[in-house]
Amino acid sequence: MRLTQGTFSFLPDLTDEQIGAQIEYCLQNGWAVSIEYTDDPHPRNTYWEMFGNPMFDVHDPAGILEEIRSCRQTFPNQYIKANAFDATRGRESLRLSFIVGRPKEEPGFGLVREEGTGRRVHYTTRAYATDRAEGERY
Amino acid sequence: MKSLLEPTPDTDAQAANVNLEAVFRDSGAGEVLEKLDRELIGLAPVKSRIRDISALLLVDKLRHQVGLCCDAPTLHMCFTGNPGTGKTTVALRMAEILRHLGYVRKGHLVAVTRDDLVGQFIGHTAPKTREVLKRAMGGVLFIDEAYYLYRPENERDYGQEAIEILLQVMENQRDDLVVILAGYKDRMERFFHSNPGLSSRIAHHIDFPDYTAPELLAIARLMLERMQYRLSPEAELALREYIERRRTQPNFANARSIRNSLDRARLRQASRLFARRGTALSRDDLVTIESGDIRASRVFSENSGKSARSGVAQ
Repeated sequence: MRLTQGTFSFLPDLTDEQIGAQIEYCLQNGWAVSIEYTDDPHPRNTYWEMFGNPMFDVHDPAGILEEIRSCRQTFPNQYIKANAFDATRGRESLRLSFIVGRPKEEPGFGLVREEGTGRRVHYTTRAYATDRAEGERY
Repeated sequence: MKSLLEPTPDTDAQAANVNLEAVFRDSGAGEVLEKLDRELIGLAPVKSRIRDISALLLVDKLRHQVGLCCDAPTLHMCFTGNPGTGKTTVALRMAEILRHLGYVRKGHLVAVTRDDLVGQFIGHTAPKTREVLKRAMGGVLFIDEAYYLYRPENERDYGQEAIEILLQVMENQRDDLVVILAGYKDRMERFFHSNPGLSSRIAHHIDFPDYTAPELLAIARLMLERMQYRLSPEAELALREYIERRRTQPNFANARSIRNSLDRARLRQASRLFARRGTALSRDDLVTIESGDIRASRVFSENSGKSARSGVAQ
């Protein structure tokens, strides 16, 4: 099952050229781009690992694309996303975040039903990938 | 850059009205070149080389328009020359010109020295160098005193690693950044001698000549004009004499020495005005530097050549 998180995730995977164009847009707006990766794709997992520092002083997409490529090389089987952070006072949050790398096989999510008191049922989702230990997924 | 690389659809129609003048005008490089001519005194060989490079890039642009193939030329450069001959200033202008001509996308200048590239322990150098390269992408990377990268006396020096990464990027990502190495001539030559790979990847070796005395005087005038000061006629004579003397002394750093001496003249002018603070000062008083302000310099005192601190020329 294809993971759909962040902007553009219902589109086919972006090519490097398209990624570069999006990053150019971010840089033109003065947003700082950072790269994060994870092997736990649960939608509530907001804490992905950072790959290097946020690139506050990079002015050209070529530098960021290079970083994305090196992240893909290091973690070929994990999810990688590019985040654009807007440091404007009062905003100070992400403006754009999109997936730039994903594992070859994505097992997807299962539905978990938990019976609570009074036969009440709680529903939640769980990524099949997280059956295995961290680092052995995908 | 990208759009230039794409072949234009109807090349024949365009071929009819190829116009170098129009391309030159549109690029806006003319203004920057003019500014370079106006604001940088002397440096004739440097300016002519920059004009050559601009011409080449413009012609390349035209060739693209009519569908002729051409590889992007290598534009890595090496600036050699004594201190204060304008290497950094020219590099800054170069970045601007290259941006106007569409050779680099952003045209910012990242100036670094050995400290920014070479790490302190094993495994520290590569990320550090890559970080700097990443920052310089789309612009110009200016490595000042580049010969410090290579220290032959220490075989475990990490500088070599930085050089190798640099070489790799200079070769593979030629359209992403331009590298300019700068330093004193003799040491640069020795550096290239021990790193032949680097030398062969640099297409333009530009030598910055020392300024002559009249050029230095013109530079001083330009600086004063920018700071909104002016010299009295006697002060101009004094400055001329000052330049003559200062040039023969050790540690003379061309335009930089002139700037420092002007700064000190301003200091003396200020305290001269402050000393007579009871009287009213006119606008003229505030902008004029008198000969006394310059003649008070240590350069004019007799033992200046021998004194230990002459290098710092007051």
